[in-house]
Amino acid sequence: MKPEGKKRIWAEYQKEIPDDHFFYVRSCIRQTFFAGSEQYFLKILRDDLGKDVYEDPRHTTCTGIGYHGDVVPFETIQAVVARHFALATEAGYKHIAISCVTSFGIYSEILETWKHFPETLERTREDLYKATGRTFEVPETISHTSDIIYKFRDEIARKAKYNLIDIATGKPLKVVEHIGCHYSKMFPKYGVGGAEFPHVLVGMIESWGGDIIDYPERRHCCGFGFRQYLVQANRGYSLFASRKKFESMEPYRPDMIIANCPGCTMFMDRWQYTIKEIEGITYGSDERGIPVLTYEEVAGLILGYNPWELGLQYHNVQSLQLLRKMGIKADPAERFLAKDGSRLPEPANLING
Amino acid sequence: MKGTPQHVIIAGGGVAGIEAAGTLADLGYRVTLVEKGDEPGGHILQWHALFPDRRPAGEVKSYLRKRIEHRNINIITRTTVEKIRHHGGGVAVNLSGGTEEKADAVIVATGFELFDARRKEEYGYGIYDNVITSAELEEMFNRNRIVKADGTVPSRIGLIHCVGSRDEKVNNNHCSKVCCVTAVKQAIEIRKMLPSCEVFCFYMDMRMYGPYYEELYREAQEFHNVNFIRGKVSEASVNINNRLVIKVEDTLAGRPLRMELDIMVLMVGMEMAGSGMKLAEASGMKRGINRFLETTDHHYGNNLSSIKGVFYAGTCTAPMNITDTISHARAAVAETVRYLNGK
Amino acid sequence: MSIDQANKFGFTINRSRLIDYDASDRKVRDYITAREPSFRLCFACGGCTAACTAGHHTTFNLRRMNTYIRRGEIDPLREEVTRCMLCGKCLLVCPRGVNTRNVVAVAAEAIRKLDRNEL
Repeated sequence: MKPEGKKRIWAEYQKEIPDDHFFYVRSCIRQTFFAGSEQYFLKILRDDLGKDVYEDPRHTTCTGIGYHGDVVPFETIQAVVARHFALATEAGYKHIAISCVTSFGIYSEILETWKHFPETLERTREDLYKATGRTFEVPETISHTSDIIYKFRDEIARKAKYNLIDIATGKPLKVVEHIGCHYSKMFPKYGVGGAEFPHVLVGMIESWGGDIIDYPERRHCCGFGFRQYLVQANRGYSLFASRKKFESMEPYRPDMIIANCPGCTMFMDRWQYTIKEIEGITYGSDERGIPVLTYEEVAGLILGYNPWELGLQYHNVQSLQLLRKMGIKADPAERFLAKDGSRLPEPANLING
Repeated sequence: MKGTPQHVIIAGGGVAGIEAAGTLADLGYRVTLVEKGDEPGGHILQWHALFPDRRPAGEVKSYLRKRIEHRNINIITRTTVEKIRHHGGGVAVNLSGGTEEKADAVIVATGFELFDARRKEEYGYGIYDNVITSAELEEMFNRNRIVKADGTVPSRIGLIHCVGSRDEKVNNNHCSKVCCVTAVKQAIEIRKMLPSCEVFCFYMDMRMYGPYYEELYREAQEFHNVNFIRGKVSEASVNINNRLVIKVEDTLAGRPLRMELDIMVLMVGMEMAGSGMKLAEASGMKRGINRFLETTDHHYGNNLSSIKGVFYAGTCTAPMNITDTISHARAAVAETVRYLNGK
Repeated sequence: MSIDQANKFGFTINRSRLIDYDASDRKVRDYITAREPSFRLCFACGGCTAACTAGHHTTFNLRRMNTYIRRGEIDPLREEVTRCMLCGKCLLVCPRGVNTRNVVAVAAEAIRKLDRNEL
């Protein structure tokens, strides 16, 4: 592998990521399953990096899952997204920070549609005004929140308390990155590094000391789909796609998977349990599963935040070995203890729990 | 021809430029052949053997060399023609380096460039160790050594057709015509050099358009066990053993196919040369949607430009093989002479 | 996969449709090619399939069967060889002169040998 070849591609796909003043839009899945990730995105940006991030409680789902599940028409989702833009406009923000890759894909698709078919923008303005009385400005930039962490990755590295390094051997951890399909496959120019060799997560891993694994099924979809997992009988499709990835990365013995998409993080984590139940196979070294982390969780660990406050205990695959390797002291007994000493609900069937 | 011989400048010293220069010189014209490289010859200089009969490229190279050993021909190397303009009753050209040359006519023979395989990002050219181009394979034939980047002998090689051709994603809708038969030729050569190496051609259509091309295809199947899989490779990656893994649809089986390869050869297509594009832009020569020079009529005017005294020869107008390039260059000379006689 | 497991989740893991060229071998192809060398000449025009009597009332497809042989996909091949009625019409139309009828016969023979571990 010739790294200069990848660097050349990365240089070609650099997008504008603003330095400050973000209007934050949340992810349905992430605020439910990985609530710590969104919380720590805000915390890292505001407290560690001193940035201004605005959140409006009136912000709603983008309806992307309904759109891809064929129950929400394109006109409707345009109006919903336009309403978010209206909230940003009212608050005086021009840069949207999008927590979800599905939403990011939706926003990209809508902006491209408006660019190429200006009449659809006018129609959306009219729809939104009729429905809500609101008007909006088209934002100057849209960034996925992984773009923003990517932009500040070196600043985070300078503040690092831990690195992606096995403290026992001094060797870099082996990290698999997984990019959500709608981050750049539809519009490569909207993704840092493009679609074939995205740099957005690779850049973080490099800056934080880890080694990236480029394995054959790296670009394969996790199988999340929309219709596929919404209909229970179809979930074998999703499961098959994730298993294909696990089997392809397995020979490299990865220490963890880092993903930038809510659906990918959830399914690559949860399906490891399902595969264990159905096939009796547990991936990862010593059959302990491969922890699947969000980029904020990894950034949080690097900055020295408590893994149980980041919410790592609510992943199906537990990260105890990973934390030990990085030299992070975290007492497993405190995993499900709330700050007031009460017990948090404990998930069943944890892998490596 | 009486009196001072008329003077023709030829922009580009590849196959077309050489053949046009030689033909004009034989007819008594004075020729200035302007070549941007160190020596005339063009892309064929890199080539080891030629389709369809796999004759040594050296035979045609030596024909071309002799073609321009002529007292009527003045060769200027390491120089490009930057602009053509009318001057008096004739033409004047600006050469790189700031000099100017006057003539009675110009033949543009700026040729083609091979597609830059890095633009097909999914194939990982310039990233993965054992992804090479058809031109690089030809250099391996020249060295009589087909090896992987680590020096070991490959046991399976895949040749990927249509890289940079028939592909809207890289703004090339055209077929480069010669890559299919080049792949078949190279597949046979690999099988002859490395009899235990499996060879696969991944094609969209087998475009065996020239004389004896179809026969070569048949020979590859019948006598050399070359495998053909119909489908466009969509992605390449490497596995833990640094072996390439490709994804393709076996369209005849209607199912996706995965295969490991030791070397992946990209059959890079033809694009209008950058120097030709600059010249066209500076001189007001029209180009088609495929970016090659547009002739006045693609049936009966395919050497004619819309500029008086300027004629086209060879692959600056469209992808073509050596045979057709030589014929096209001779036809350009015929059109030039007809024009000069009428002056 | 037991029914119990399927019921636990309400779904199972889909089966792969991939032709994994490195997970199979070409013993059957080599057996056929050695005995019917004209098999190499097929360029998948589909003339045989168009002419095929069996193909008009079953899913039999000689053109695709040849592809399975070349790729080493034995399971679908095993079904295909039983469907041919050996009428020989395909022989008449093949533009490359492949002895198609014999390809089917030799393929059936190869499968029998494979199943007896004689290949």
